[in-house]
Amino acid sequence: MKRMLAVLALTTALVCPGLAMARPVTLTTTLKNYGGNGAYVAIYLTDAKGAYARTLWVAGRKAKYYEHLSDWYRATGGRGAIDGITGASVGSGRTLEVSVELADALFDAGYTVHVDTAVEDMRDAPNEIAVPLTKAASGQTVPGRRYVAGFGYRL
Amino acid sequence: MIRTAHRWPGIAALALVATLSLSGAALSVFPAAERLVAPQAAPGMSVAELAAGLQAAHPGIEQIRRAPSGRITAYWTDDGVAGSAVIDPVTATAVAAAAPDPLERWLTNLHRALFLGDAGRIGAAGGAAIMLLLTLSGSLLVARRVGGWRRWFRPLRGPLPGRIHTEMARLAVPGLLLSSVTALWLAASTFGLLPDQGAPPRPIPPASGLTGAPVAEIPALVSIPVASLRRLDFPAAGDRTDVFTLKTSQGTGYVDQGTGATLGWSEDGWWAQASETVYMLHTGRGVPVLALLLGVTALAVPAMGATGLAVWLAARRGKPRVTGNAAAAPAETVILVGSEGGSTWGFAATLHRALTRAGQLVHVAPMSSFDPARTTAARRYLILAATYGDGAAPASADRFLDRLAGMAAAPAAPLAVLGFGDSGFPDFCGYARRVEAAARAKGWQPLLPFATVDRQSPQAFARWGSALGAALGIALELDHRPAPPATVPLTLVARREFGQDVQAPATILRFAIPGTSFAACLSGSGFARFQAGDLLGIVPAGSAVPRFYSLASGSDDGFLEIAVRRQAGGLCSGQLTTLPCGGKVDAFLRRNPQFHAGNAATPLVLVGAGTGIAPLAGFVRANTRRRAIHLIFGMRHPDSDFLYGDALTGWLADGRLATLTTASSRGASPRHVQDALAADPTAILDAVRHGGRIMVCGGRAMAAGVAEAIARLLERQGLSLAQLRTEGRYVEDVY
Repeated sequence: MKRMLAVLALTTALVCPGLAMARPVTLTTTLKNYGGNGAYVAIYLTDAKGAYARTLWVAGRKAKYYEHLSDWYRATGGRGAIDGITGASVGSGRTLEVSVELADALFDAGYTVHVDTAVEDMRDAPNEIAVPLTKAASGQTVPGRRYVAGFGYRL
Repeated sequence: MIRTAHRWPGIAALALVATLSLSGAALSVFPAAERLVAPQAAPGMSVAELAAGLQAAHPGIEQIRRAPSGRITAYWTDDGVAGSAVIDPVTATAVAAAAPDPLERWLTNLHRALFLGDAGRIGAAGGAAIMLLLTLSGSLLVARRVGGWRRWFRPLRGPLPGRIHTEMARLAVPGLLLSSVTALWLAASTFGLLPDQGAPPRPIPPASGLTGAPVAEIPALVSIPVASLRRLDFPAAGDRTDVFTLKTSQGTGYVDQGTGATLGWSEDGWWAQASETVYMLHTGRGVPVLALLLGVTALAVPAMGATGLAVWLAARRGKPRVTGNAAAAPAETVILVGSEGGSTWGFAATLHRALTRAGQLVHVAPMSSFDPARTTAARRYLILAATYGDGAAPASADRFLDRLAGMAAAPAAPLAVLGFGDSGFPDFCGYARRVEAAARAKGWQPLLPFATVDRQSPQAFARWGSALGAALGIALELDHRPAPPATVPLTLVARREFGQDVQAPATILRFAIPGTSFAACLSGSGFARFQAGDLLGIVPAGSAVPRFYSLASGSDDGFLEIAVRRQAGGLCSGQLTTLPCGGKVDAFLRRNPQFHAGNAATPLVLVGAGTGIAPLAGFVRANTRRRAIHLIFGMRHPDSDFLYGDALTGWLADGRLATLTTASSRGASPRHVQDALAADPTAILDAVRHGGRIMVCGGRAMAAGVAEAIARLLERQGLSLAQLRTEGRYVEDVY
């Protein structure tokens, strides 16, 4: 029993480093008027080595289209745990604003926020945004290459 | 049962399936258009050749896509500027913008989701399910109507809307089946209900980290022809760990950008390939001929909706509601109805009510759906049959006799046949008699002797009811009050008097056509369409019983015209002949197809006397095609009751009327029409020899005299009047 508790404590600590020090972060993604159907958007983190770490949000509910968010799809095998962090696809010219809990330890630790986008019958835009996750960058907005007019996060 | 399952979903979902079909039909044009304009790759061209050519033109190439039509689209970012275009694969040059067509996108969103997102997708899928249900139930109904699947394309009879509906259905069924089934598959796929997603990407072995393999020499790209390419993604610029991603009709592969080695390959599963095929069959992408065929088929859906609605409205109008109709299988008494205009259904409803009240399970059905295999519990059959034209089957008894003749044996349960008709017509209850004779010949046991009801007589019906009750051992009282026809007030706009001086006052009355509802226009009911020879039923004030007058005009004339002789003490004729202009009467229309002039070019001999000239004048007035029409008209005195005298002179002059012969019973040389016929039989004999037709309208005595005179004329030529009658070339409208 004691051993079990220790294992539990260990795994919990590994999975949620500094759970007590998590803070809400607002992710804002504004799309251009690209003149197409609603865009699928995946926002996710990679660690300092470039390895996939965690999915923050997926806009668009039809799993059959996820392959078009190709970097994220390949990183997660298309079977990423996304329960509770999915919403509707984002229309042309609309803004997606979501709030996620991020541990303090993730900031300024070499993590990168990525945004993949895709629109039906238009070109896919994997890794359209890649910005380092730092406290200093809070409130700043960066433009994307294809569909994203501006992306930023706010602590 | 099947009819119900066909009708109600059809009516309820008419707007939805029409929207889906029309948008689908519009979308069906795009695959063909795309195929026509898209430059095609040379046969045998490899993906490597295509990719190398494009990379030379656009060093920042990111993705190449190939649509099933062969259209190739390339996406690139050269010097930081994103570009895209539809590409001619042979020259690697741009030929058109890559942006999707906005109209096609709009139509697609309407077609698959009604612009309502996921709720709309579910709605559209529901529409496809209803379309499938309608197609299946409709196919069963067609098979039943034509007498089996093997006779699918047998010629049809019956009223026009129903015929058009069935004709279109017979051609459209395969396409609609394909479209609706594939639509349901696609909807299931979209909502993740099918295991048809492409294989999940297997973890790719780490890339070599090298770059710069010449695209033209990568083995995987060299070995795959452009025809099977779906998509090729180039590695992201500056990312050494990225790879080429190649999607073909078979699966997905990854290629190292430094060594050109294939790092992994996953085949699409059976489900994914099936979904691809279904997508192709539904959209016609890559098979433009199929797309166009399905599009044309889809166009039939709104047309079938309109005609189906018309059929339903006509049936609803003509058929009184039988409340609590028992199902076919458990019914002990089966009433089969052969009705043309609908009044026989009224009698059937009364009989059904009385028998049901006596505790029986009673099933009422049209004679056309006679099928003893479905009425296994039947202990007796009752047939109520009217007659259409000269002894022909009425509309709701279509093919009954064929079906009976085709049976190995008559049903074991006994049968009673009751005929409905008008004894003023030749061959009174002719069809019912033929049914009775056919049943006896087949050995069908009689329940009651054959009986008839003349002119909807409630007394005759009640008598038959007591006989039936006696045979069943129950007290059966049939109290039938015919449902009053739905009347419309007509306004008199013009009138003209005749015959005052010869004690035969008659009036030509002209009424305005009342406004008709959209439903009436659609089904051709009410006053929307009529022609000379049809009957105007007028319900006089103070009576519920309508009187019928032959129309002297068609809807094309823009008015309703009748001729009325004032009867001594006549209620209706009294009201009509004294009706002032602007006054109103309650009236309804009854079609009288056996007394229409028809479209033939053969000669027409019209014989009439007194107000009987009305429909004949209408035929002449409508004769704009200058068919040879000969009119023989009898009156009392040309100065007093020559109805339509002025108009006839004009029609003689303009050729609508070939010859006019008159007979006056008073004056210098009195004679009747039959005398005129005998004196100069040229027109009659000429018409008979050239396949023409004789139409007689007037009083009963006059009609009898004319028939006798003509029979004598024909006999001398070795011809018979009876023969002409059975060919429908001698018809009478008598009163």
